[in-house]
Amino acid sequence: MSTHALAPAARPRLHPFRDSVTMLRRNLRRMLRYPSMTLTLVGMPVVFLLLFVYVFGGTLGAGLGGPTAGDSADGRSAYVDYVAPAIILMTVTSVIQGTAISVAMDLTEGIIARFRTMHIARAAVLTGHVLGSMIQTAIALAVVIGVALLVGFRPEAGPVEWLAVVGFLAVMTFALVWLAVALGQVSKSVESASNVLLPLVLLPFLGSGFVPTDSMPTGLRWFAEYQPFTPMIETLRDLLMDQPVGDNAWIALAWCAAIALGSYLWARRLFNREPAN
Amino acid sequence: MTTAQPRPAIAATGLRKSYGDKPVLKGLDLNVREGTVFSLLGANGAGKTTTVKILSTLIRADSGDVRVAGHDLAHEPDAVRAAIGVTGQFSAVDNLLTGEENLLLMADLHHLPRDDARRRTGQLLEQFDLVEAGRKPAATYSGGMRRRLDLAMSLVGSPRLIFLDEPTTGLDPRSRRNMWQIVRDLVAGGVTVFLTTQYLEEADELSDRIAVLEGGRVVAEGTADELKRRIPGGHVRLRFGDHRHLDAAMRVLDQPSRDNDPLALRVPGSGSLRSLKHLIGRLDDHRIEVEELSVHTPDLDDVFLALTGKPATENEKATTR
Repeated sequence: MSTHALAPAARPRLHPFRDSVTMLRRNLRRMLRYPSMTLTLVGMPVVFLLLFVYVFGGTLGAGLGGPTAGDSADGRSAYVDYVAPAIILMTVTSVIQGTAISVAMDLTEGIIARFRTMHIARAAVLTGHVLGSMIQTAIALAVVIGVALLVGFRPEAGPVEWLAVVGFLAVMTFALVWLAVALGQVSKSVESASNVLLPLVLLPFLGSGFVPTDSMPTGLRWFAEYQPFTPMIETLRDLLMDQPVGDNAWIALAWCAAIALGSYLWARRLFNREPAN
Repeated sequence: MTTAQPRPAIAATGLRKSYGDKPVLKGLDLNVREGTVFSLLGANGAGKTTTVKILSTLIRADSGDVRVAGHDLAHEPDAVRAAIGVTGQFSAVDNLLTGEENLLLMADLHHLPRDDARRRTGQLLEQFDLVEAGRKPAATYSGGMRRRLDLAMSLVGSPRLIFLDEPTTGLDPRSRRNMWQIVRDLVAGGVTVFLTTQYLEEADELSDRIAVLEGGRVVAEGTADELKRRIPGGHVRLRFGDHRHLDAAMRVLDQPSRDNDPLALRVPGSGSLRSLKHLIGRLDDHRIEVEELSVHTPDLDDVFLALTGKPATENEKATTR
């Protein structure tokens, strides 16, 4: 054995990009190994879509007060177009529940401790989750939008608007996934991780997602109009229906930027804190 | 080799760590030579795991000066991480991935080229007897297999210094012997091993040096034999062919005592060459014939009891047998 075996080498370089790709591969593989989770996550918004279109759609659509109000079949088709953006947002919040769960799962298993003692870019563990969840969300969104189209969703967006929709969804997902990565680390167990995001799933209901906000009592309406999901849903709705988007887009993007930045910093701090005992 | 005084693999002085107002390490000094096995021996709660966590950069010490693999732990944790492999007490494998995928994941994180990664993975699966299990998810592994995979993962990057935190706790006797052989093979390959254990037998079997940790302090350090010599209880056992020689020996020897065997005697002594020469000389002088002579040193159980003032825990008793 050589006495130089442990001689300090030139300080080894970190490879954050390469390590992130490795972690992404790990997360995608885990998703494939555990498909029931993805199915559950995608299933939820699909169930809500069918429920709201076929059970509540006729009546709610009639109450929208559009030109075809009165007839329940027309009401239903009008309501599909109205509710689809909310269901799309709900798809994102559903998938990121899975993000929080898998982050929490990682932390309860020893593998993260191993990563912490290895010479790798620390943030890669988190960016691996973020990238994996974004891919998972993209697939989920394709499925949910496909089902929406099957049940009568008729967007009027042209190619440019669709491009804007995709871009906006990517930004929104990015922000919310980072929030989930932070919340997944806060939760003490895998079980609590699945609950900690429940408010996010319910938030579209307290906004313009399912019914217009002017039908709500004053206090609730005030909340509904100012909560972040309302401008996001309105932006999606306007883009998909080929309407002028106006200020909502900027407000929504500002919310996304704030959520992304705040969550990223929070998640990073949580990850760098010393593991408990 | 010992005279060359190579740079120590681990050199720690005054290592302190408290959780809240509860001190766990109260000024630990450690010195681990390259290419040796160093055991930190102690009961549950003595501070073994905390020590490993600090030395492997998982948590920070409150104070103390530590160099690991030639790097300052506080200022160059990344350089330390690049030089070490860690197998913690709780298995650090990805349960949803197969054994092979777990190893390839490590290879990717060490930035090994594809071919090297495949070769290294295959080699480790073979070495750790996991070839057949390699394509099954780690979640289906037994405790021993999981521990082997865990250690194999720590070795992918060919670290020169390996931390093993209680590598055989909870393993059946056969898996434990396998793990010991693996550790011996590692050291034969020039790797330095820092291990913690609550099993006296394990420290005795594997280590070049042992530090006994008690209440956050090292209460004794040395080779297993040095530790054993530090406490009374050593003796030389003599077995005779008949009572005539035995009675003769009783008369001429220093403080002999009877053994369970009616034809045997115990003579207190360290078993050093000089005292043996003296003993044999006396027996020769009186033409006393001895059929069998054996030197008995106290085992580490005695050492542990004498040093820490308490017997090994129930747990240890049950498994050191």
